Amino acid sequence: MQLEWIWGLAGGLLIGLGAAVYLLGNGRIMGASGILGGLVDNSDRTLERLVFVAGLVGMPLLLRPLMSPTPQTHLTGNIAVIIFAGLLVGIGTRIANGCTSGHGVCGISRFSLRGIVATVIYIAAGAITLAVLRHMWGVI
Amino acid sequence: MRLLISLIAGCLFGAGLLISGMTDTTKVQGWLDVFGNWDPTLAFVMGGAIIPMLFAWRMTEHRRPLAGGTFPTMSPPELDRRLVVGSVLFGMGWGLSGLCPGPAIASVTYGGVGGLVFLAAMIAGMYAAPTVGAQLDRTANAA
Repeated sequence: MQLEWIWGLAGGLLIGLGAAVYLLGNGRIMGASGILGGLVDNSDRTLERLVFVAGLVGMPLLLRPLMSPTPQTHLTGNIAVIIFAGLLVGIGTRIANGCTSGHGVCGISRFSLRGIVATVIYIAAGAITLAVLRHMWGVI
Repeated sequence: MRLLISLIAGCLFGAGLLISGMTDTTKVQGWLDVFGNWDPTLAFVMGGAIIPMLFAWRMTEHRRPLAGGTFPTMSPPELDRRLVVGSVLFGMGWGLSGLCPGPAIASVTYGGVGGLVFLAAMIAGMYAAPTVGAQLDRTANAA
């Protein structure tokens, strides 16, 4: 258990380092929903976004076989839940203009009111969703 | 230059998500599941990620990005309906699945059919977002 916190901290530092490189290098906010959403909306800097996504997908693909035990996603097998959740995440992050990386990591570290409020709201919404669906209704 | 920086940042982000365990939905749901077997890992990940960024934001003062241009300006501290409603919807989907956009992309090669379906649904949601957002603005004006 203690080891998991250390891995969490180490992985977190890498994520923050990536965000710092992106900010100081390209002058952009490293937000996953913004970078992918820009591709969906066909906005500017398409190639930069694609290269970023390639690194984001490629690195776990390369590193995962070296890790023991091999990391799994443990995603639910309920396809209806997966589709509904995916739609909510896609719509919600774009309407709110950010997700865990943009509002969370980049926003909080800048002491941005919007980032802090968004983070408090989505964590609360997630916790309430789990409390109701898992512990009250027992459906997920 | 810009492409190399994007690639390095993407690689660091992907490696960090994998190593921290954030592509494992049980860990993420464990953090949100305050009435269950609560897992604090996510707080360490978030805290760890904020540390380099605190320095990075400081370094943006009196400087320009390495690849030119300007640093992003801070949005005015306004809490509008879009931020609140969007974050509620996102949080609900995040709790249901244990996936947010970064890990959903990062784990696509090992998340099986479910992972692919989630990514497709998330992209479909991103396509729909401008329409939903416009609807939200209309109801705000009507109220």
